Amino acid sequence: MKGMTVIVKKTTQILAGMIFLYGTYVVIHGHLTPGGGFAGGVIMAGAFILITLAYGSDFLNLKSKEAGSTATENISILMVILLSVVGLFLGTKIFFLNFLPKGTVGELISAGTLPLYNIFVGIEVTSSIFIIFLALVIYKEEELT
Amino acid sequence: MITYLMCFILFLTGLYGVITRRNLLKIAISLSIMEVSAFLFFTLIGYVEGGKAPIVSPAEPNQVYVDPLPQAMVLTAIVIGLATTSLLLAIIIRIYGKYGTFDIREIKNLKG
Amino acid sequence: MNPVIPILVIVPLAGAFLMMLLGRLIRDLPKYFTSVIMLFLVIASFYSLINIGPGISVYKTGGWEPINKIPIGIYMVLDGYSAIMLCIISTIGFLSAVYSISFIKRYTGENYYYALFFLMVAGMNGVVLSGDLFNIYVFLEISVIASYALVAFGVGKSELEASFKYQVLGSIASFLILFGIGLIYWKTKTLNIADIREVFKNGYDNTYYVFVQLLILSGFGLKAAIMPFHAWLPDAHSSAPSPISAMLSGVFIKAVGIYVIIRLFFNMFVISEEVALLITSLGALSMVLGVFLAVGQWDIKRLLAYSSISQMGYVILSAGAGMILISRGEKPEVAALAITGGLFHLINHAAFKGLLFLNAGAIEYRLGTRNLKEMGGLSEKMPITSATSFIASMSISGIPPFNGFFSKLIIIVACVRARFYLLAILAVIVSIVTLATFLKLQRYAFYNKGSDNESHSVKEVDGPMVFSMITLGILCILLGLLAFPSFRELVLKPAVDILMNADIYIVKIIGM
Repeated sequence: MKGMTVIVKKTTQILAGMIFLYGTYVVIHGHLTPGGGFAGGVIMAGAFILITLAYGSDFLNLKSKEAGSTATENISILMVILLSVVGLFLGTKIFFLNFLPKGTVGELISAGTLPLYNIFVGIEVTSSIFIIFLALVIYKEEELT
Repeated sequence: MITYLMCFILFLTGLYGVITRRNLLKIAISLSIMEVSAFLFFTLIGYVEGGKAPIVSPAEPNQVYVDPLPQAMVLTAIVIGLATTSLLLAIIIRIYGKYGTFDIREIKNLKG
Repeated sequence: MNPVIPILVIVPLAGAFLMMLLGRLIRDLPKYFTSVIMLFLVIASFYSLINIGPGISVYKTGGWEPINKIPIGIYMVLDGYSAIMLCIISTIGFLSAVYSISFIKRYTGENYYYALFFLMVAGMNGVVLSGDLFNIYVFLEISVIASYALVAFGVGKSELEASFKYQVLGSIASFLILFGIGLIYWKTKTLNIADIREVFKNGYDNTYYVFVQLLILSGFGLKAAIMPFHAWLPDAHSSAPSPISAMLSGVFIKAVGIYVIIRLFFNMFVISEEVALLITSLGALSMVLGVFLAVGQWDIKRLLAYSSISQMGYVILSAGAGMILISRGEKPEVAALAITGGLFHLINHAAFKGLLFLNAGAIEYRLGTRNLKEMGGLSEKMPITSATSFIASMSISGIPPFNGFFSKLIIIVACVRARFYLLAILAVIVSIVTLATFLKLQRYAFYNKGSDNESHSVKEVDGPMVFSMITLGILCILLGLLAFPSFRELVLKPAVDILMNADIYIVKIIGM
């Protein structure tokens, strides 16, 4: 599909980076403010979808984007499962144990493994929603040609 | 009391849409409306009189919060609803490719 | 705390995403590796069945201990009933995965198939092992979404239509389940199954909870394909690829439908007589109407799907009969016998219905058609398929010495001893009509003198498919041994004891 006009492309170039940064902020502060992994992940995916919509598939190679996104999603889910299983092997045999030290309430680096879970879930949700969008677009393309 | 009634009216709207609409996309949208009514009902259950949003801050020790457990359940249910809707939309696009129509009365390949 | 319990859920879940990752690196790895992981699950399930005995094992995730005897956190519970379901899921899953090695060559996108297969198995394991209401809902949705995608796997016209119908009805059912869970949480302020039963001892509002029971029965009844909610099953089970049809009809409707209904109604809700009568009549209705709809079918997989509805009616009927006796408070040993018959029929049905669907898949693989009028004379050309199909048809009709005979006998004897004579007569009539249905299938598919012009190139199917069919055939014969008292004590009696006395369930969980 063709991209959009020059004005949209220039605006997207400026805005996509800022949207991604805002999404990262929501993910990392998940244990202090509302948001967390899922909501921040959706915002980050919005940045990627905006770029794909503005530039069109004549300019970007969508199949390679899908391959890269699938690999990122699989790796980050396996990291989540790995983090939750570590407790099983540390001798205490508890699944989902919060094993890093918990700091004081209100600091950025506190609450044990929760920020790590938020980050990996955020990456995973971004990749998933981008793959869903790409799956619909690539099918439409293959049907029209 | 009036807010529970609004949830019920939203559910009935969604159900009416699923049963009577002929366009496939309208059925998908009505399913989403039905699920949203369930989420609203869940958050209404956990309301405590005079409570604040359940975010702990170290400044005020004795604060009444609303019940956070239904809110966690609603977050999970929203994600599940997203997955279901996206799969339904993908199937609808492929049905359009094979049958050539969005009308549900034309799609009657399997009978008996 | 037993570490096998979370491993049974994590291993298929990690395996799904590992298959997607490794499938791009190494060519044929997902095919064979799936069978290896499923074999590991079989060994783990049988180990937990032998280990658990009559006790209950509780796993508190996250290590959150109860405060003031009130459980916080999510509990995973393994008892005799869950262990039986785990063994069924992993056995039929393993044989289905081995069968898929040669069947899925005809489709494109093999890696996605194995990933979805693992997600379905992980979801079913999670439902069976959870002791918490909302956890059941989350794992139910994981499993059900994977099955929506698997039904539409070969993207033809009929598969997409079947998947669309299945999805719309399934979403409405999931909404009803969520609404029921919300209503329970409103009154009891807790989500743990044992704790809810504990709260019911302090006060029980009968009209409110009858409404909640009807919602839960409708929602899970649609997943289990009981009669008024059965409309999706013939389309979905006949359009799916054959190993998935065997998994869906053999395990899925049991693990996410009937298992949850029996668990919640016996161990959580206080049974009232009206709801028990309703469940029994729904079971009888499924039984009778399912088999009469099956007799007239000419598509082989649609016939098998309709007969699944009827056999599930047997299980619901026996569970309902047990519930009526418990709610009246009379003859506990007859109620135990009825529930034993129902659980035994559950195990048997997984074996012979899985085998029948695998046979139908083998016929479709070689001939390319599912219409009974176009087949014929296959008993000389496909001897193993014909022999195993004969064993399975005799099992499902209740002919001794195969396993179906023993489980139907226990159900009918229990109905007669409880003086429900109408149910016993209906069960016998349905069994006779089932025999007629499967004699029709045997005659038209295997023993008829068919049209000779197409059947020259037909020979037996490949190695992995033959292995699965022969194993299931041997299981059909061996499972009949479970009727004898020594084996019954080992496998079925612990499950029935926990279902009959909800107090054992509560004491072991809350007291820990």
